[in-house]
Amino acid sequence: MSDELVNVTIDGMQLAVPKGTPIIEAAKQAGLLVPHYCYHPSLPSPAVCRMCLVEVEKAPKLMPACVTTVAEGQVVHVNSPSAKKAREGVLELLLINHPLDCPICDQSGECELQDYTFQEGRPATRYQEFAKRYNPVEDFGPDVLYVPNRCILCTRCVRFMEDVADTPVLNVSERGDRAYIGIAEQQRLDHPWAGNVVDLCPVGSLLSKDFLHKARAWDLDKTASVCPGCTQGCNINIDTRDDVVVRIRPRPNLEVNRHFICDYGRMNYRWMNRGDRVEAPLVRDGGRHVATDWDTALDRIGQAIRGVSGSAVILASGRTSTESLGLVRLMLDGLEVTAAVQVPLGDEAPLAGIPGLALRRERAPNLAGAELLGYGVDGGETWREVSSAGLVIVLDAELGPEEEAALAAAPGLVIVLATLMPEARNAEMILPITTMAEENGTYVNRDRRIQRFQQAKAQPGMARPAWWIAGEVLAGPGPDASAPSTAAEAFALLGERWPLFAGITHGDLGYTGRLLTQAPAGVGSAR
Amino acid sequence: MSGSHGGTAGHGTAPAEEHIPVFTGPTRARLEQLFTKYPTRQACLLPALWMVQEARGWISEQAIGEVADVLELTPAYVKGVVTFYTMYHTHPVGRHFVQVCTTSPCNICGAEDVVKALLQETGCGELGATSPDGRFTVIEVECLGACGFPTPILVDDDFIENVTPEKVRGIVQRYQ
Amino acid sequence: MGYPHPSHPKETVVLSKHFGDPEARTYAGWVRHGGYEALRKAVGMSREAIVEEVKASGLRGRGGAGFPTGLKWSFMPKDVVRPHYLVCNADESEPGTFKDREIMRWTPHALIEGCAIAAYAIGAERCYVYIRGEFTEPWKVMNAAVEEAVAAGALGDDVFGSGKRIEIVLHRGAGAYICGEETAMMNSLEGRRGNPRIKPPYPAVAGLFGMPTTINNVETLAAVPHILNRGAAWYKALCLGNPKSTGTKLVSVCGHVQRPGNYEVTMGTPMRDILYDMCGGPPAGRTIKAVIPGGSSVPIMTLEEAESALFDYEGVVEKGSMLGSAGMIVMDDRTDMVYQIWRLARFYAHESCAQCTQCREGTAWTTRVLERILAGKGKQEDFQLLLDLSENMTGKTICVLSDSCAAPVVSGIQKFRSEFEAYIAGAREPSLAAV
Repeated sequence: MSDELVNVTIDGMQLAVPKGTPIIEAAKQAGLLVPHYCYHPSLPSPAVCRMCLVEVEKAPKLMPACVTTVAEGQVVHVNSPSAKKAREGVLELLLINHPLDCPICDQSGECELQDYTFQEGRPATRYQEFAKRYNPVEDFGPDVLYVPNRCILCTRCVRFMEDVADTPVLNVSERGDRAYIGIAEQQRLDHPWAGNVVDLCPVGSLLSKDFLHKARAWDLDKTASVCPGCTQGCNINIDTRDDVVVRIRPRPNLEVNRHFICDYGRMNYRWMNRGDRVEAPLVRDGGRHVATDWDTALDRIGQAIRGVSGSAVILASGRTSTESLGLVRLMLDGLEVTAAVQVPLGDEAPLAGIPGLALRRERAPNLAGAELLGYGVDGGETWREVSSAGLVIVLDAELGPEEEAALAAAPGLVIVLATLMPEARNAEMILPITTMAEENGTYVNRDRRIQRFQQAKAQPGMARPAWWIAGEVLAGPGPDASAPSTAAEAFALLGERWPLFAGITHGDLGYTGRLLTQAPAGVGSAR
Repeated sequence: MSGSHGGTAGHGTAPAEEHIPVFTGPTRARLEQLFTKYPTRQACLLPALWMVQEARGWISEQAIGEVADVLELTPAYVKGVVTFYTMYHTHPVGRHFVQVCTTSPCNICGAEDVVKALLQETGCGELGATSPDGRFTVIEVECLGACGFPTPILVDDDFIENVTPEKVRGIVQRYQ
Repeated sequence: MGYPHPSHPKETVVLSKHFGDPEARTYAGWVRHGGYEALRKAVGMSREAIVEEVKASGLRGRGGAGFPTGLKWSFMPKDVVRPHYLVCNADESEPGTFKDREIMRWTPHALIEGCAIAAYAIGAERCYVYIRGEFTEPWKVMNAAVEEAVAAGALGDDVFGSGKRIEIVLHRGAGAYICGEETAMMNSLEGRRGNPRIKPPYPAVAGLFGMPTTINNVETLAAVPHILNRGAAWYKALCLGNPKSTGTKLVSVCGHVQRPGNYEVTMGTPMRDILYDMCGGPPAGRTIKAVIPGGSSVPIMTLEEAESALFDYEGVVEKGSMLGSAGMIVMDDRTDMVYQIWRLARFYAHESCAQCTQCREGTAWTTRVLERILAGKGKQEDFQLLLDLSENMTGKTICVLSDSCAAPVVSGIQKFRSEFEAYIAGAREPSLAAV
């Protein structure tokens, strides 16, 4: 793509687009979606489905909009009679062997064959009295089923595995109308990014076993979020049905994950649906914890913190939002604080065809945010501090047997903010907090891109975001106190202390975030 | 998915024998020589598959694996290529493989009668099936490119022109 | 010559002069027939001079498209900064066509010489000859001939002491009609499925292995030595019809004629002469009903059209068809046109590479509709359906395979509609079992 602009007219709209832009992308800028199947902006274009044929004035025949690039003075007709007739012809042919089993197909409702047929297909088939092609369902891999009868041979899956994953385990087998997507007997579709073929499939031919018959697409609520799986920060949609997360799918962000997420991230959602949650603030009453209301609990935290002397320790989950990490840290101002986040480690799994995209070793989505806020990485030494600290705050950190023992022996005051009930009998308080799926917030990824995630489901019981608790404590009691009531307000408080965040609002981040390395205007003079 | 896609009918599951590598000794040397003729190893795929078929008579899943290995490809990739070309056998065939052209130019000159005669004389009975004695497999093929000499047939590598039903018995007897 | 028949006076025998002569197959024999003089001459010329000579001769691609050969060569980059390749298309698979087979079987050195000259002219050091897998005999003959040519110094690192390097690699296909399409052939050579590629990029820019490539048909290349030996003016003067069609053309004639075979005629020879004088007309007591003049991919001609056409690129187009590969399929009055059109549709359905929707599904559906008609279950609506499908398969896909399927269907319905009607009305016995 060059900087040079060329002038084109698409369905009467005049636009200037960079030289080299395919017509299909130029049309998007004119607000026109040229129907297509094989084209995908993150894959090489084979121009085989022939669905995106458009009329280009002076061209001898209809041209595929996916591989025909714009030219100066070009006049394109996406919806001319000849183009529409060609598309109707393709749709008719794609449907002759299609089983039309939409009522039992997972893709129904988000199926491009359904959509375009509804939009501009023939009302009835002329393929009568012939048997349809039939091939049995095949098990391709850990999470992928292939339903060949629904396949339209767009080859997106084959190209993804070959050109993006660089692991060609899928092929087109046979030829003519006998062709199907094949796999070798000795191979499985088990690449760490293989699940993307399900999203790429424009019809219901490649299905996720995990999502199989779970929900109808039109019953799903979609929430823009950021993957909590690792430091890559892939953009995702969390799909819920009746407040239950049923599926995670990639949300395009050309700077971070293009159109893809890894299978680890895709499957990393069951914890969001757990029912065994802490639902009310619990305060210690002798040898046991009793439920109380937030006013009582907040009063007690305030008093407790004010009574602490010496050092404090914060041990936080790597999945904690920037807002919560920041405000909890601010809440302890005045104390000598050792703060750390937990960073579980796993295997790195890059996606070969997209430089800079990988499932990262560090499975802590907000590691970079935590570091910017002065948190270290917990390598166990944090727990040595526990033995001498006046206050220990556990911010949804996972407690293994050693941590539990250390915590039980802690001489200081222990406050646990938790989603799940911890083993912490000596905790002064156990306060219910929300998971990232239940709150708004931000994560900073490994490239220091700060990105928003939004609340995908309701919080259980009285659970609140950790930033809300810290904000209330910071504001103190009384009618004049001004605690932040939204994540955006909580975020606004960070800039005063950490200038990298100054001058940025949640609104500025949009749906794709921004890099923190760009110093926002006015920063520097604040300090 | 075998069996559900056109191609050769009448074969059961391929025998699961242990695969003895094809590309050893002189065959390997021939392949190495081929590598010098092409800028990529992948380009040697069709020749390599021919070598497998010459050696084994057909191309098994294990052979696909071996070819993938020596050419630094994946088995699935190789399989996609194998199934594109109709001359590669993905199932065992008879000792003698008979291909009869029945495309229009031969068709109008009586090719279908030649097919019938061949199916009968060889004992194959139906297209794609192997005769009970294991001697023959007969298939119809599209244009063999000898339309002026109808009907041409290919028995293994022998290209025989002007075959008529009357000549079939004599031809069949030449192949044991 | 009308191999396997003796030469007919109305033929102009250039390429086919030695068909049937085993001596011509050997290097020594070929040299005795004047072979390799042109190559010796060529390596002493500049690349540009050869290209200009071929341009001036008017030689056009003999594989089917008829693109001017010299012009095609001139698209290759002038400076050789990356390897250039020549690919010789010897994947002759167009039903009705069997001329390249004879060139390779009888005069392999003519092709080798043509390849070597063309390779040098386009700046290539390597030429791949893609020979269809079914051509077992041409394969053996060509292998032996290349070996001989290398041994004689006509190929290799120092062609005839000129310091020029030209290597010929024979590559065997494996059963796929579509590999005769030049971009599919390049994919096949690269060890891929033989899927046609989208253009641009054109082969001269990014072809085989992504390098500048020229693809020429066997007959085209075999004509090149003659042009260098006898001059462009001589070749250009071989013309009885339109001046844009020059030289001689091998015509493969098959089907219902008395003497099927390969005839070599001057461009513009009346088709009548080929059908009746050279081939002896239809079998005794029969009349010709239809002629497919350019391999199965072109529209069917009626006898009237065929009899009035001049046989060159323009002459055949004027009468509603195309010269194509000049594989002439002659059908007499016994021929069931519906059955043969079905048989052709089945051919294309079998050979479709499966990439483009219209071709993959359209060729198969067309075949089934024709099957239904042949089974006596056709309907009046089937005419419109077949024509709609054909329109949908024409000019919409990456290559022209589906266009080729549509051509006989559309021309068949136009010209032989009554035969379809007879099946549909039940006036004719079904010729296929019910589908």
